[in-house]
Amino acid sequence: MFQFARKAAALLAAASVGGLLGAAPAPASAQTLKVVMHSDLKIVDPIWTAAYIVRNHGYLVWDTLFAMDEKFEVKPQMVDKYDVSSDKLTWTFTLRDGLEWHDGTSVTSDDCIASIKRWAAKDSMGQKMMGSVEALENVDAKTFKMKMKEPYGLVLQSLGKPSVNVPFIMPAKVAATAPDTQIKAEDVIGSGPFIFKRDEWKPGEKVVYVKNPKYKPRSEPASGLAGGKVVKVDRVEWIAMPDVQTSMNALLAGEIDMIESPGHDLLPVLAKDKNVKLFTANPLGSQYIFRYNVLSKPFDNPKIRYAAAVALTQEPFLQAVVGDTQWYKPCKAMFICGTPNETLAGMDEVLNGDSAKAARLLKEAGYDGTPIVLLQSTDLQVLTNLAPVAKAQLERAGFKVDMQSMDWQTHVARRSKKDGWSAFLTAWGAADILDPLMHGSFNSSCDKAMAGWPCDAEIERLRDAYAKESDAAKQKAIVEAVQRRWTQYPTHVHLGQWYAPLALRKNVTGSLAAPVTIFWNIEKK
Amino acid sequence: MLNFIARRLVAIIPVLTVVAIFIFMMLRLTPGDPAAVIAGDNATSDQIAEIRTKLGLDEPMWRQFAIWIGDILQGNFGESFFFKKTVAELIAQRIEPTLALATCTLIFAIAVSVPIGVLAAYRQGSLFDRIVMGFSVIGFSVPGFVIGYCLIYVFAIELDWLPVQGYTRISVDFWAFLQRMVLPSLTLSVGFIALISRFTRASVLEVLNEDYIRTARAKGLSNRVVLMRHALRNAAVPILTVIGNGIAILLGGAVVTESVFGLPGLGRLTVEAVLSRDFPTIQAIILMISVVYVVINLLIDISYTLFDPRIRY
Repeated sequence: MFQFARKAAALLAAASVGGLLGAAPAPASAQTLKVVMHSDLKIVDPIWTAAYIVRNHGYLVWDTLFAMDEKFEVKPQMVDKYDVSSDKLTWTFTLRDGLEWHDGTSVTSDDCIASIKRWAAKDSMGQKMMGSVEALENVDAKTFKMKMKEPYGLVLQSLGKPSVNVPFIMPAKVAATAPDTQIKAEDVIGSGPFIFKRDEWKPGEKVVYVKNPKYKPRSEPASGLAGGKVVKVDRVEWIAMPDVQTSMNALLAGEIDMIESPGHDLLPVLAKDKNVKLFTANPLGSQYIFRYNVLSKPFDNPKIRYAAAVALTQEPFLQAVVGDTQWYKPCKAMFICGTPNETLAGMDEVLNGDSAKAARLLKEAGYDGTPIVLLQSTDLQVLTNLAPVAKAQLERAGFKVDMQSMDWQTHVARRSKKDGWSAFLTAWGAADILDPLMHGSFNSSCDKAMAGWPCDAEIERLRDAYAKESDAAKQKAIVEAVQRRWTQYPTHVHLGQWYAPLALRKNVTGSLAAPVTIFWNIEKK
Repeated sequence: MLNFIARRLVAIIPVLTVVAIFIFMMLRLTPGDPAAVIAGDNATSDQIAEIRTKLGLDEPMWRQFAIWIGDILQGNFGESFFFKKTVAELIAQRIEPTLALATCTLIFAIAVSVPIGVLAAYRQGSLFDRIVMGFSVIGFSVPGFVIGYCLIYVFAIELDWLPVQGYTRISVDFWAFLQRMVLPSLTLSVGFIALISRFTRASVLEVLNEDYIRTARAKGLSNRVVLMRHALRNAAVPILTVIGNGIAILLGGAVVTESVFGLPGLGRLTVEAVLSRDFPTIQAIILMISVVYVVINLLIDISYTLFDPRIRY
């Protein structure tokens, strides 16, 4: 028996070394870009959900009428030319020639009108715009008009909105789907640079997109989300890989080409590898936010909310999560540093970690020691360490803090209820918070606002004024007024900007800087 | 025997009923709201309420349960809240990697652990016996993900012999399938080998001290015949029991192993479903696993009769 076992073991070893183990895994085809995104794609309708992964999927499949370039200017994308009447009450849009859906039919004005209506029913910026729209009218197959009840300053910014919810243009029959109903996977038909392969989509395993051979890019060079979307790979595969360590190992071994969001703790390892490079594709990054529940004690008192803003300071938060100064930036501007709306108006006395002053303000506000119920999510690496830092800074100023830890889904469910919590921490992509209208945390329409439910007529008046103003200098003045109003009615506290670079194999070139991970212009050698 | 099998199969019904009630209640009592998860970060209360209504989550609990059970009796396990696919379709898509991993692990673990367990018993107190016992302690103690990462580092990154992650279906490329199964199977086998080898050793040791083994040796039978024909057959019942129970460990371990090696299997689907509170998917998977346990236990009980003629049903 034991002789037999020895022979079998020897044979097995020989077979292993000579065959199974001797064959290194074949590298991915030169024309297939294998990518690990920040999460798996479960929903395919970018209007129905505000999830970033679905937005990214949207940019591959669908196109937009307008798009924002790297200088934050809105440029035509599907639109060839547009004009606005002298009274600013009629906008006319004409589509480019040769726009086709993936099923071979032509893109028409009807498609655009139906898509705008569906998007506007879901998106707050769209709702605001449609409040000023009297009618959307079809002129001919390629031209449509938008008639306004009153001049509106953000028509182009709304139609060229870079992030959730993006006004993607879908075929009219798909856009006819009720806004509160998801479109089906078989309806993922766009006119964008890639075609979604429904037959190869395996949730939890991979999503496949192939180059759209009929896509006609614009002639201008690509810039941000605007310009010519020239596709240089045949296929893009999003591989589902929930374990960050595994995705890093796969990148090091050359089994995948790119990781959209490697954890900050793995960046030093990736940076050392000679075959891997890091690229900050989103130069604006994201912003951490401490969100108040204004319906529950003690944060129902705006003076106590302001005291908390005085007590907090950004750098320790960024240190606790990101660590390396290369990947974060303290920034007191509420609408992102490095953008046209960057301003420090009203920010002198807050975010300095001044616990003595905060304690004084607390006393003046009549704080009675009611504990702050602070929600901590424990399973998202980019958020977990924020709550303990907030707890320490607030306690130093005299707040009582009851930090409650839970998984992210419980956290989301808890904060959707109007009582039982005082504050939570989250992160927003910078592209979603570039102005007071876009920035969801400033929505102060009481019950209609996001979790936290701020209720302030003055902030809402300023947001309306911003939306209707088309002069850039006056818009900036409104932004400053919003920040100053925030000091009397804080809705949240911004805790600094941070960046998550892409990790790519060195043979992958042409990644563009944009607020969304995009796949045109990328080449694999 | 047929009577016994029929009785055992009928007994599945109350077991599954209890499991169904338990899992349904557990999921509803666990904090977390699928509607809030689906609605996303910047949803309003109205949008969340709308989704709850669409999913039927605002119905009374007894009614939700009745609808679910009614659907199951018609062979419909429902539709995933998130994937917009039927749960049956999702499970069918994800079951192959898990079955492949479990099968490869079982074959490898049994092929290694039974012989070393027998040999350790036969050479009780020797260096080999001590090494086996030491290995079994380490095998139990070291978490699967640590073993997995070590194997990846050595065989995939440093030596570049095997892929780090991923799964190739057998029907697509058998060779690639084998390559991608080596490291996950090895990882999952470690604990399983530790368990079975230890039990095999203990079981065989007990049998080796029996009178009939002394008699067999006195008759002049060779060590091989004594071990294989007399000792191992009589020691088989406890070993089979451990292997059957070990499948539970195997399925539990598969969750971690599938994540570490990027296998799109049922283990990962279960974790995803739990994290996103995808009730229909979790309910179906747990019911399915319960059926698998009951059936495996039945098969193990039947297999006793093959090794020990004294056992009759």
